[in-house]
Amino acid sequence: MSTRLDHWVNPAPFDPEEREATTPAQERYYQASQWQIMWWKFRHHRLAVISAAVLAFFYLVVVFAEVLAPYNLHSRHTDYIYAPPQDIHIFRDGRLVAPYTLALDYHLDMENLRRVYTPMEDEPRPVRFFCLGDSYRFWGLFESRFHLVCAPENGTLFVLGTDRLGRDLLSRIIYGARISLTIGLISIVVSFTIGIVIGGLAGYYGGWIDAATQRTIEVVRSFPEIPLFMALSALLPVDWSPIAIFFGITIILALLDWPGLARAVRSKLLALREEDFASAARLMGASPRRIIAKHLLPSFASHLIASATLSIPTMILGETALSFLGLGLRPPITSWGVLLNEAQNISVVVLYPWLMLPVVPVILVVLAFSFLGDGLRDAADPYK
Amino acid sequence: MLRYFVRRLVAMIPTLFAISVIIFFIIQLPPGDYLETYIAELQSQGQNIDQAKIQFLREQYGLDQPFYIQYGNWMWGLMHGDLGYSFEYNMPVNDLVGDRIWLTVVLAVASIIFTYVVAFPIGIYSAVRQYSIGDYFFSFLGYIGLATPNFLLALVLLYLFNVWFGTSIGGLMDPQFVNQPLTWAKVASVAEHMWVPIIVIGTSGTAALIRRLRANLLDELHKQYVVTARAKGLGEGRLVFKYPLRLALNPFIADIGNLLPQLISGAVLVSVVLDLPTTGPLLLSALQSQDMYLAGSFLFLQAVLVVVGVFVSDLLLAMLDPRIRMGAGAVR
Repeated sequence: MSTRLDHWVNPAPFDPEEREATTPAQERYYQASQWQIMWWKFRHHRLAVISAAVLAFFYLVVVFAEVLAPYNLHSRHTDYIYAPPQDIHIFRDGRLVAPYTLALDYHLDMENLRRVYTPMEDEPRPVRFFCLGDSYRFWGLFESRFHLVCAPENGTLFVLGTDRLGRDLLSRIIYGARISLTIGLISIVVSFTIGIVIGGLAGYYGGWIDAATQRTIEVVRSFPEIPLFMALSALLPVDWSPIAIFFGITIILALLDWPGLARAVRSKLLALREEDFASAARLMGASPRRIIAKHLLPSFASHLIASATLSIPTMILGETALSFLGLGLRPPITSWGVLLNEAQNISVVVLYPWLMLPVVPVILVVLAFSFLGDGLRDAADPYK
Repeated sequence: MLRYFVRRLVAMIPTLFAISVIIFFIIQLPPGDYLETYIAELQSQGQNIDQAKIQFLREQYGLDQPFYIQYGNWMWGLMHGDLGYSFEYNMPVNDLVGDRIWLTVVLAVASIIFTYVVAFPIGIYSAVRQYSIGDYFFSFLGYIGLATPNFLLALVLLYLFNVWFGTSIGGLMDPQFVNQPLTWAKVASVAEHMWVPIIVIGTSGTAALIRRLRANLLDELHKQYVVTARAKGLGEGRLVFKYPLRLALNPFIADIGNLLPQLISGAVLVSVVLDLPTTGPLLLSALQSQDMYLAGSFLFLQAVLVVVGVFVSDLLLAMLDPRIRMGAGAVR
């Protein structure tokens, strides 16, 4: 009943590698190094890329703080205490003009006992660009007076207002970035070192060393962070110089953060040791040193970088909280936390809300680091 | 179950011991002691000092003895429920700590409940409606909550509550109720004032919990049994609630261990800002004036709170998950 098909032979020439043939895109993927694939994967995480750009911007600001800030960190303007943020106008009488600010008229409102600053419409003061202003020592190296923007002649440029000593808040935020953004990096380097050494030992030797580290980590983690921060920073002698305090705080932040990293290192090391590629290398006679350096470390380093990035925000927030309580950095060292210390009571919220503005860069940086960390973590496992 | 319970209980002892040693070491570390600070203060005010009295105090509190004896005394007292003596307030630490630690506990528990109540529906919603506008909105909100320093949020909320609801600023109750006997009006006033700290302390934990619940639930939702159930025509509501959600719930309990230190940290910071009668402000001043027993007891009690909280969460987890109580150890 059934009709049988004729015997059929494909006349095309036989190519034994036909099925293995890959498209150029696949070719590129298979031949790429691990780091290259990570980079491709990271690029797809749009939020992480944007965050990286934001952070790059912030660190540029850190490098060129003196040039970018319109005033110096400690320039005081006793005539302009608690001046509110000034608008920068670019339209005058309906025409586009060079940016200018309005001169401020000051009087004391005797009824509420408040300082009142009113901008005077008929006294425009054009903002100067690429100009000479307050003199500073760039990175403490050489004297200069060059700024990107300066206050107008006979005028002021308080974009974000001034504080109780009449210091320009924008300039202080820019200078504060230098401390707030480096303290996180330094602490992470310290805690990274501790974490890798201890976690590495625990993961490599196992046994009672592993058990002991695990217990230690558990103990350290069961402390509430802030009270312990407080206790440790209360240890720092009052007569230390601000710089010494700065490093003290850095070490404290690092001391409390290492357990998380150590745990990550340990578990990764344990897991990777059992991976197929590790056993393959072992079977092919690779020395332990080669296995660790050539095979384990690369797949490991990316994870570590990601988890380090993710713990920078904790450090920045920790410093901010400590300085806010007056236990952290002390003036003249200025960080965002020190600036927020001035916004400590409710009257600030009501009367001088602009003093809370240093929180904006804190939020931005913390978010950027979190997103960047997320992106890095996703990219860290490029073969998934 | 009983064996697990006992084993966990015994495991707490070395942890608590290590914590107490670390704390005692830390509060001992600053050079000098409270009496030296005290003497210096008296001298600067030009008052003469009664050497005999100083000597008496020094002996009374064992300040002239070596580290380990002092530690032993402190530990002995702790075990008998005696927390030592506060130099600054001139009264037993027990009297100072009593109410405050309870308020801290109340605040922590209330914050946990708040965290759960908020995180639970949002987490489910975000997982079931992944990549919807609501999901993005809540993720965004969560990230902002994570990144905003607690203390500033507290200040702003305090102000807003004052403007919107007329809640008086600072403290845990309206001024007229302080030192008054407990009445319903007082309780109501406390309840009114609790909102700001609860919201502020709760937000930081909420964001993390939402993300974890969402991730866990998403993992479950893509499993085959869910597909099977859907193919059989089970309604979406029952489908989600019956099995995947139950499996995704573990972090809610397991997370107490991670959440508690965070909450107590937050409580300390926020209560300093809001001037709440919890442990925060007192701890801060005790640390600054080297009032060592007071500071040490606060730190220790807070750590105990965490350890006990973790213990409770482990027990709950063991009740939920037979794998753990059969000896696989807590998965965290």
